[in-house]
Amino acid sequence: MLGVLASIIDGVLVGLVYGLAAMGLTLIWGVMDVINLTHGTMIVAGMFGLYGLASAVGAPPYLALPPVLIGGFLAGVLLYWVAVHRMVGRPPLMSLLSTFSINLMLIGLGTSIWGTALFNVEVALPGFSLGRYTFPGAHILAAVLAALIAASLYLFLQRSRLGKAVRAVANNREAAELVGIPTTRVLAITVGCGVAIAGVAGMLIGTLFPFTILSGDSYQLKSFVVTALGGFGNPVGALFAGIALGVLEGAVTPFVPVSWTLVIEFALFVLVLVVFPGGIFAARRGAL
Amino acid sequence: MKRLYLLAAAAAATAFAATSALAEDTITVGFTASLTGPLNVDSAGQQRGYEFWRDEVNAAGGIKVGGKSYKVKFVTYDDQSVGGRVQQLYTRLINQDKANFLFSPYSSGLTAPATVITEQYGKIMIDSGGAEEKPFETGNKYLFMVITSASHYLSGAIDALKKYDPHAKLALVYSDDPFSKAVLAAAAQQAKAAGLEVVMDESYSPSTTDFGPIVNKIVSSNADAFLGGGHYSDGATLARQMHDQKANMKWISILVAPADDKFAELGPAALGVTVPSQWELQVNFKPQFGPTTAQFAKAFMDKMHAKADYHAASGYTVGVVLQHAIEQAGSIETDKVAAALNATDITTFFGRVKFATDPGHHGLQAAHQMVLAQWQMVNGKLGRQVVWPEEAKSAPIMFPIKQQ
Repeated sequence: MLGVLASIIDGVLVGLVYGLAAMGLTLIWGVMDVINLTHGTMIVAGMFGLYGLASAVGAPPYLALPPVLIGGFLAGVLLYWVAVHRMVGRPPLMSLLSTFSINLMLIGLGTSIWGTALFNVEVALPGFSLGRYTFPGAHILAAVLAALIAASLYLFLQRSRLGKAVRAVANNREAAELVGIPTTRVLAITVGCGVAIAGVAGMLIGTLFPFTILSGDSYQLKSFVVTALGGFGNPVGALFAGIALGVLEGAVTPFVPVSWTLVIEFALFVLVLVVFPGGIFAARRGAL
Repeated sequence: MKRLYLLAAAAAATAFAATSALAEDTITVGFTASLTGPLNVDSAGQQRGYEFWRDEVNAAGGIKVGGKSYKVKFVTYDDQSVGGRVQQLYTRLINQDKANFLFSPYSSGLTAPATVITEQYGKIMIDSGGAEEKPFETGNKYLFMVITSASHYLSGAIDALKKYDPHAKLALVYSDDPFSKAVLAAAAQQAKAAGLEVVMDESYSPSTTDFGPIVNKIVSSNADAFLGGGHYSDGATLARQMHDQKANMKWISILVAPADDKFAELGPAALGVTVPSQWELQVNFKPQFGPTTAQFAKAFMDKMHAKADYHAASGYTVGVVLQHAIEQAGSIETDKVAAALNATDITTFFGRVKFATDPGHHGLQAAHQMVLAQWQMVNGKLGRQVVWPEEAKSAPIMFPIKQQ
């Protein structure tokens, strides 16, 4: 029984990080109906940022957080101008294709530089034990940081002037424009925030597991599932859906053969979509 | 004007003669490599092995057949680590590029679809990257494997465990792909035959990212020895999470991932991990044909600027075996070379190579033996040492694994 509890706690810890990663995807979707297919690669970029700072320079791993956040923001703004700006308001397939092609270029570039070799960042933090089960310190700290960043994003959207502008643009871009909000700038900032969050989530994941240039795919898939469960365009929903997914993985594993975990996960996913087509935490339009 | 035509005709004739002379004196070998996609690291090692062989042979004047010398020419494509691409590309290699012989892509998952094409066209393919047995049990005539096949991958680990801890409780946890499943299915039977208890036997999806709950399940099963893994990042992640979650395994054998030098990135989590290996730098066979291990390792380092690993060594061996068979056959005709391959029994620095000839297993490797390598601390640095079999070991085995 202790094993089940341990797996559930583990699920909450990792789920918070999944949730944070998905917040980056869902934020962009919610504001401008653009699915950012470079999401997984931006997560990996965060991992490599961490690796560069922690392993090559020798800085403590968590000091990589501010540079990854800022670098991610700038990369996001650039991505907006290169691949998203002219696609906003056009059929979603257009932005899907443009971000998809940017993604292929980034992956190709990364593969030619680093190959698909393995990278690992050692984090030596004391963990916490429950009987024979151990929760590594890095998992606990990653979960706490993910929760803090998610809370900051929430406060930013709810309280700050710029955050309110983001929500206004999400709600009705024309009306926002009419009351004097520079919507293009707001959209660029939103993509910047979304990518920065993906990068930071990647950096946190990088403290937990080894990674390669191609690791982004599985996290991107997870982010899609989490986004759909949480309600498209609902960052808070995404965070809770992330936790739910982590807990589900943790709770199912002890009872069924491991290979069934994904089957159960996706079966429930389909079920949820049938019952709540907008996700469990369905986005009321403009609930952002 | 007439003269001009004549000149053009003469030029064309010369050009034709030149190309046909060129075609006569080269052997075209085709293969695909995974330049992109998840198999890139291992595939690149194998490809370097192939290329190193080609360069060596050509520098020595080519392959000698009945007084004539053939230079080796490669035609390669990027298969993107995708099985579907492999079939298109091997068809192209045979029909368009007129490859005389083929080498395998990397991994069982890509070799099996390539085999369908090479057999269909009756072309010889020598395999160094796909260890799964299935393609050899379907009556193929032109497929040959130089490496030890999947069902023997963990025999050494089981033997070592039987010796050091006959009461070991085994957790078999492996990727849900054809190669890993074949390896672990055989290991489960061998463990049973050796009287070892298997307390967990499960596969995971290759896209698994977090092994936390799986490691907890291993702990719950009371296992103290771990055998499993799959191809690359999954194996490394398992090693790291077993270490981080203090699973306290006395024995860990993981497929493929720890055979790469980058595994040292894991630091303390790599310590004590064993990996079945087709070949290691410490292995010392007396070659009848080709270089010794030391010569190979040094020349490889000088030319390719990379440390030789088992993918490079097996890739090189594929070339050596083909060369030997062509020279024995005294011909580059497929059937004659295939007959020579059937009769091959040679020892190179990679070990002994001999192919099964019974129709139920034709082409399967029948003589090569694997070693078990363990990550140990040598002069304060992590490195692989051969620890099994006893007669080939370069360092004493570390059992149980001491966590640091």
